[in-house]
Amino acid sequence: MTKKAFRPDVDAPEYKGPYVPYDIIKEGAIAVLVVLILTAALAIVFSSPDEKAITIKTWSNADVVDFAQTAGDELTATSGVAGYGAPYNNGGPAQHWGFLAPEKWVGVHVNINTATDFVLDPLKSQPAQPALSAAINQWTSASSSTITAWSAAYAKVEANITFVNNKVKVPTSAAGPIPVLVNDLTQMARTGALDQALVTQNGFYTTNYTKPLLFLSDGTYLANLADQQHLGGDQWGMMNETGQWPGQAWLWLYTFWYQIPPYSTSASGDFLVWGTMMILTALLILLPFIPGLRSIPRRLKIYRIIWREHYATEA
Amino acid sequence: MSNAQIERQWTSRLRRSVVDKLPPDKLLPDTQPAYVASWIYVFGVTTMAALGVVIATGCILALDGPQWWHSSSLGHFVNSMHLWSVEIFFFAMIVHLWGKFSMAAWRGGRSLTWVTGAVTFLASILAGFTGYVSQTNFDSQWIATQAKDGINSTGGGAFFNVLNLGQMLMWHIVLLPIAAIVLTGLHVIMVRVKGVVPPFEDNVEVSA
Repeated sequence: MTKKAFRPDVDAPEYKGPYVPYDIIKEGAIAVLVVLILTAALAIVFSSPDEKAITIKTWSNADVVDFAQTAGDELTATSGVAGYGAPYNNGGPAQHWGFLAPEKWVGVHVNINTATDFVLDPLKSQPAQPALSAAINQWTSASSSTITAWSAAYAKVEANITFVNNKVKVPTSAAGPIPVLVNDLTQMARTGALDQALVTQNGFYTTNYTKPLLFLSDGTYLANLADQQHLGGDQWGMMNETGQWPGQAWLWLYTFWYQIPPYSTSASGDFLVWGTMMILTALLILLPFIPGLRSIPRRLKIYRIIWREHYATEA
Repeated sequence: MSNAQIERQWTSRLRRSVVDKLPPDKLLPDTQPAYVASWIYVFGVTTMAALGVVIATGCILALDGPQWWHSSSLGHFVNSMHLWSVEIFFFAMIVHLWGKFSMAAWRGGRSLTWVTGAVTFLASILAGFTGYVSQTNFDSQWIATQAKDGINSTGGGAFFNVLNLGQMLMWHIVLLPIAAIVLTGLHVIMVRVKGVVPPFEDNVEVSA
């Protein structure tokens, strides 16, 4: 039987040199102590960020027109979430690369109907009011063509919505019950009742904030606040943190791809970034088994700095 | 029962196998090869020490629930320690990773040691991320609403809903810490079984 050839990037030479004393327990104890002291010192000096969560009440009071416009978009199914697609609904095209479209393959699992979940159901939970009940009935009993016509009329004037005398004004009479529904949802939001209604739809106890977070993400208020904190996607926001604190810096490569084409310009940018990162991650994990890549350290020779004392002794 | 029967028992076989592969002087060595003489070796144990502080501070935060730290100065301080130990953990882990890459530390039958280390890194990223979206503040709102798009694009959002606080918190405080601890344990055991990778032989320039 012939002896297998030595492969320097796979095999390791047998070490026949000297051994030195090593106290593994002492090393571990010192490491814990040092990290503990360093952590406590950093916590005392720099503390940690805690920017208060915004609520729909905050949003609808701070930027009432943005809220009202978003509410109208949710009702007429023209918002970002309404047209998102899987896993929330069938409203939009799935992100894909060629025939690869896992978002579409998996389908709808977290069912969101923006008109029902974000507008009509919360309004129905309010104490009965004749005008509101009539508007809800008018909307729910209308044909889809009628709703389309109301929505088109609303879309034409949406940019001109105002908030005057504590009331949302939608400057058209062709939008059916939309002005009443948008105004009543806005009033509900400004009292804080909508925050509760969106999380209690599944019963008394809840830990699921999918609906209010999706609603918030459809407006511009949340994004504007995030931009002010340099957290936007085009600001390398994935690795940033509110204020001056360090964030998830280890995500630098993920956020890097979002800054350059085609990732930054493609409608399937998220999928391209995640696909790229999955491939790179697989390469990292499987590095020892990939010829060429596993030779890089030997060719870079950084190991000569790490083991300089060993090589000096050998020489 | 005869000695032969005792030696065939599962327990006896497991003990023999463990002791053969990891005798006490390998598990808790009192000497090491002389080439292990660089500051780069400190970052492995620093990563583990930081993981310990992360877990300890996380356990203290768990005592009074996920919102305690917003209203208590002590809670905020513990949260600050949790944050900074995480930053130290990732810093040390990444330096450790690049150090081991530079040494081609997978050589000599240590491929699985590398693989468990790399997977631990991934589990840690996920643990860090679920922590960020479980903070119940503006940060978690923004990060969750942004991250959903990436995860949804892979189809994963159907099962891993980053907007569901309860699900994220459970992953953060139960599933991912278990994964990180088990993977780290396996990684360390493999290091102890195989030992620290020896230096490249000088002047070896053959094909990989």
